Amino acid sequence: MLNIMIVGVGGQGSLLASRILGSLFTASGKEVKLSEVHGMAQRGGSVVTYVRAGEAVASPLIGTGEADVIISFEEAEALRYLPWLKKGGTVVVNTQHILPMPVLTGAAKYPENITETMRALGANVVAFDALGAAVKAGSVKCANVALLGAASGVIGHSEEEWLAALRATIKPKLLDLNLKAFSLGKEAV
Amino acid sequence: MKKKLMLGNEAVARGLYESGCTFVSSYPGTPSTEITEEAAKYPEIYAEWAPNEKVAVEAAYGAAVYGARSFAAMKHVGLNVAADLVFSASYAGVNAGFVIAVADDPGMHSSQNEQDSRHYARASKIPMLEPSDSQECASFAAAAFEISEQFDTPVFLRTSTRVAHSQSFVECTERREPPLREYIKNPQKYVMAPANARARHPIVEARTEKLAAFAGTSGLNTIIPAAPEHAGKIGVVCSGIAYQYAREALGDRASYCKLGLVWPLSEKQLREFAASVERVYVIEELDAFLETELRAMGIACTGKELFPRIGEYTPAMIAEKLLGVRPPEAIAAPDVPVRPPVLCPGCPHRGLFYVLNKMKLTVSGDIGCYTLGSAAPLSAMDSTLDMGASISMLHGRNTVRPDESDRAVAVIGDSTFMHSGVTGLVNAVYNHSASTIIIADNSITGMTGHQDNPTTGKTLKGDITSAVNLEALCHAVGVRRVRVCDPYDVEELERILSEELAVKEVSVVIARRPCALLKTVKHGKPYTIDASKCRKCRMCMKIGCPAIRFDGVASIDPSLCVGCDLCARMCRFGAIEGGASKC
Repeated sequence: MLNIMIVGVGGQGSLLASRILGSLFTASGKEVKLSEVHGMAQRGGSVVTYVRAGEAVASPLIGTGEADVIISFEEAEALRYLPWLKKGGTVVVNTQHILPMPVLTGAAKYPENITETMRALGANVVAFDALGAAVKAGSVKCANVALLGAASGVIGHSEEEWLAALRATIKPKLLDLNLKAFSLGKEAV
Repeated sequence: MKKKLMLGNEAVARGLYESGCTFVSSYPGTPSTEITEEAAKYPEIYAEWAPNEKVAVEAAYGAAVYGARSFAAMKHVGLNVAADLVFSASYAGVNAGFVIAVADDPGMHSSQNEQDSRHYARASKIPMLEPSDSQECASFAAAAFEISEQFDTPVFLRTSTRVAHSQSFVECTERREPPLREYIKNPQKYVMAPANARARHPIVEARTEKLAAFAGTSGLNTIIPAAPEHAGKIGVVCSGIAYQYAREALGDRASYCKLGLVWPLSEKQLREFAASVERVYVIEELDAFLETELRAMGIACTGKELFPRIGEYTPAMIAEKLLGVRPPEAIAAPDVPVRPPVLCPGCPHRGLFYVLNKMKLTVSGDIGCYTLGSAAPLSAMDSTLDMGASISMLHGRNTVRPDESDRAVAVIGDSTFMHSGVTGLVNAVYNHSASTIIIADNSITGMTGHQDNPTTGKTLKGDITSAVNLEALCHAVGVRRVRVCDPYDVEELERILSEELAVKEVSVVIARRPCALLKTVKHGKPYTIDASKCRKCRMCMKIGCPAIRFDGVASIDPSLCVGCDLCARMCRFGAIEGGASKC
């Protein structure tokens, strides 16, 4: 069983990322379940999507200490969901900061040295500036796919399989942009 | 046929398509919305957004009585709105199949309460199916139409967030096209006057008995045995997503009585299952619905002694309670500041709530994105209960506090106003209310993800249609004072509100600016803050924009700013610049 969590801030494009993973694992003949967040949390709240693939999958959810990989679109969100990481698991994190309202207003402090903290707590961490890669590729909106590129080595599967999953899920007119973002992410780590 | 990964809601729509459903009417509500959006993609299905759930079920029921397989979807609280039709349609029965999907939200991911809609099945004497994954969403939707026609009854299809918004495999089949059924005038069946209704009630009671017998033999309820070495010990009665959690936690160490039909229940089937195991556990999220029934049958079982009535369950919770298995060790991470949902950058509601906060008004709120105006720093909402309550509750308040009617407003969105606000407005005018009502008109149904509504001029299928003119509607019901204002023109808005609050009659202020997420809304270049001009007054922080931070001085995150200019309007020192050239 492979358990992957995609976490971030509502509106960052986690639904597309989970669909790309769903397509990737489906093509490899596994049973797949995804659980998504719609509605209120999409308005800038903390969001989490679960992706499970294996011989037989019953629950679509992943519990604490069960995630093989956590893909985080935002640095503090990686720390928030760290208790879900399995021992020996890997966090692939976009180093972008999106400040939550209590931090913006000064009521709370944004955590410092997140990558170091996570490593000290025993997590394998792949830290990557997905927003920068997305800008380089041509649009901030493909940061999600750039981050998947960075995570692709950890998740496994051949380049061809990944590209097939991208082609199956991304609109043709946005495909080239996203393929570029994906390869920038892949090369960066 | 090839298996396809589908969202539960998409699979329900597939089931509608395959079973020859031709009419769908719904009002959006998380987590049910995508059923109707997906159904609308099939050219064979007529699908529409109705102004509210009551209208939706009535329209769908009409289509069913007059011969076409029909459907309506709603969230749990939407069923409260639709219930008036539902209870009487149970008596009258159907002609062609009539299915109502109701999506519960355990854990309240996007809802104002955690009600358990299964009670409606028992109360209205309507059978209820509950799928546990996307495949069952499709196949149970089809089964629901068959049951509806076979037993002459509306049928509920109940989902919950983790079924509706999870994806799993579905095997698609072809659509069958049942012809439009003949309609034969039958007032004894469809005119629910007392004499006719009295004759229908015994038919309903007999129908429930027949359905209970059917439940045990239909194949919708399945007995899944434990592995031979575990047989006869743990027996789990469950349905829906709770089955998947139990299966994940217990695997083949338990036998399962998995109920596809959660109402009515087959006493014989449950009794036989209970007799086959040492101990029966009822695993169900929210209320002790099944457990209460089992206990009434005299079947000993364990349920809410172990499991909560509140929130969602998890496989780990079930494994710990039943097997004593501790969950895997979790990393103890340091606390991270909470990240509640917020109004988006460029949200038109931000200007409105800034003004309401500034004026220190009591705000009778409503359901939608703008409910987020209750959060700090805008903090401009006193109550939010149900669709439309803003206007009616304000009328109640102003009637008992007549001297304070100039200190309170109602805030309701355009879609919510069309849903249930109009009748409240009529009530206010009719009964000499001194209420000031703000319609936050952002030209779309926002929170559920941009659905059209009667004010937008477009149908669900994308056709152009007439748009309700809110000003004309308000005038037509007798409101003499209707004002329109851009909520970003905060000075003008404050002036208008002051004027309208001062008069002792109903006023409507339409705060009109389209949702910043609409594709038609062009965003400007990001604004910047000149640190040398920033006087640290924190005025720009009062609007609660997620793109602005204050860390000694104010700054704007260019990756989030959409160039709306509201912050620049706040700054008295000209420190916020840019955004001039629109792209």
